[in-house]
Amino acid sequence: MLPGRFRRLAPLAALLAIVAAFGLLAGLTPAVTARRATEALIDLVAVVGLYIFVGNSGVLSFGNVAFMAVGAYVSALLTMRPAAKSVFLPDLPEWIAGAEWPPLPSALAAGGAAALLALVAGWPLMRLSGISASIATFAILVITYVVLGNWTAVTGGQNSLMGLPIYVGLWTALAWAAVAILVAFAYQESRSGLLLRASREDEAAAEAAGVHTVRHRLIAFVISGFLSGIAGVLLAHFLGTVRVETFYLDLTFLIVAMLVIGGMRSLTGAVAGALVIAVLKELLRQAEIGVTIDGTVVAAPAGLGDAVLALLMLAIILFRPKGIAGGRELFGGSVEARVVADGEVDPLRR
Amino acid sequence: MSQPILQTLADALSVGGLYALTALGIGLIFGIMRLINFAHGELIAIAGYTLLALFGMPPAAAIVAAAAAAMLLALVTERLAFRPLRGADPATLLIASFAVSFFLQKTLILFVGARPKGIDFLPLLGRQVDALGVRLRSLEIVAIAVSAILLAALSWFLKATRFGLEMRAAAEDFTMARVLGVRANRVIATAFAISGLLAATVSCLVVAETGVVQPRMGLQLTIIAFVGTVIGGLGSLAGAALGGFLVGAATILLQALLPPDLRAFREAFLFLAVTLVLVLRPRGLIPARGLRERI
Repeated sequence: MLPGRFRRLAPLAALLAIVAAFGLLAGLTPAVTARRATEALIDLVAVVGLYIFVGNSGVLSFGNVAFMAVGAYVSALLTMRPAAKSVFLPDLPEWIAGAEWPPLPSALAAGGAAALLALVAGWPLMRLSGISASIATFAILVITYVVLGNWTAVTGGQNSLMGLPIYVGLWTALAWAAVAILVAFAYQESRSGLLLRASREDEAAAEAAGVHTVRHRLIAFVISGFLSGIAGVLLAHFLGTVRVETFYLDLTFLIVAMLVIGGMRSLTGAVAGALVIAVLKELLRQAEIGVTIDGTVVAAPAGLGDAVLALLMLAIILFRPKGIAGGRELFGGSVEARVVADGEVDPLRR
Repeated sequence: MSQPILQTLADALSVGGLYALTALGIGLIFGIMRLINFAHGELIAIAGYTLLALFGMPPAAAIVAAAAAAMLLALVTERLAFRPLRGADPATLLIASFAVSFFLQKTLILFVGARPKGIDFLPLLGRQVDALGVRLRSLEIVAIAVSAILLAALSWFLKATRFGLEMRAAAEDFTMARVLGVRANRVIATAFAISGLLAATVSCLVVAETGVVQPRMGLQLTIIAFVGTVIGGLGSLAGAALGGFLVGAATILLQALLPPDLRAFREAFLFLAVTLVLVLRPRGLIPARGLRERI
């Protein structure tokens, strides 16, 4: 019995070890690089959060950045000093204006608020499938963006909220990354996770076998919303400011690109995508700064990084549609991946 | 009728027409290959920048060049990015078009910068004219007329020509159409070219209206028009045009009718309406035939 159970946990152990090694190595580097690594780990929490829903359900979500936004704003409102709040948000209701919570409870409350939004929005929407479901999640993103950007009394509208306690460093981000991986792994190995993945492979067959697809999608969406909310909290308390523009299409593209490039059908893919893109982004950033040869600076044009990222994502979709991880887990059984890979031949493909 | 009501109606008609054209460009391609083309916004932007680059030339030449640029870009994206993915599931196609859109947008920013640039394109259209006893801007009349003419021409093309017939057949059941001898490459390339043409038309009207080009000028239009195709019924061409028109007109009417406090939330209401349509009528107002999943 025991060896089998251990083997089941092998992917989890491997991923945790990789992320821990990444964090520890980054801890040895200069402060600037360590900062980039912190950013990468925050992205990782967001990607793993997105993966919990997208990877297990097979439904693409463009809405998770909305949960990040809600997490960021709720935590900002709970942790900012009342004096700072009276400057930026004079019209705040009494009970929020006076609140000054410690980091962890406010992070959990913020994640909870994001999960609540996922529950309320997901309850009617999870019965949708495929492209309609993706559009509905996109609608969540737009609605959240518009509301947060214009609800001036509570969010400051288009203005940034400043003066958040900056408590997220490398170790906090590393700890939350480990928690995110643990939660995602626990969910995908749970009964609900397995049933949801059955519906991902064939919705009609799963329904016929008694899987309550809508219920399990909603469960995954809520957990996904919670972790995305946490990622938003981390980002807010890493930057020290919250701006609604941060949480819109560019971030959505980055998080989705990371998941697609890594491979959206396995947790290994989510982790690999986040780390590989983070390293690539850093290299491109260095290229934009340039190297000095004999006193002249040779640099790539600014903004090249974004274009390369988009091109890379396109290339992955074209040439390796299942992403870097190809739907498999590190040290995990590959049975499932093989069955999927040998799928039917599509008559439209030439 | 009084001036404000007619003015609002004219606004609603002209903006609705713009969105109908954009939605049709998106709906045409979705109908045939189940691709929601996010990169449609970049077709609009490239046409806008062509107008800017050729500023000073006769407007007619600039318009033709803008149309050519948008059609060419549409064909290139089809050939390089979307043709290899033909038959992939809609989610993959959606991500691919997301990537194409970002790539084009970032590349455009790389070359021309992110800042908006002013261009006084067709200043004559800014003039006021008397029509039906009220004063309207001639641009609005032109926009309404152009939209109406293009919609009529396109529906004639789809109904009365062999190409149009093949295209409708492909939109209804792509595999069956191919079995019956419709050439996939030709039909899809034509659809992309038409969507480029529609994007260029929209771009000319928008540039004349706002006097500004910027790399993201097509984004907002595309997102809203995209909502229109969903409301109208994904895969149905009439639905796309109708949905686009309704959404465009609705933004103007919401702007006019909502209490001032809520006007900023206009788009939230719009997307709320979209989710309502998705939940209550998942196949849209004019459902496409042949889109239901078979087991």
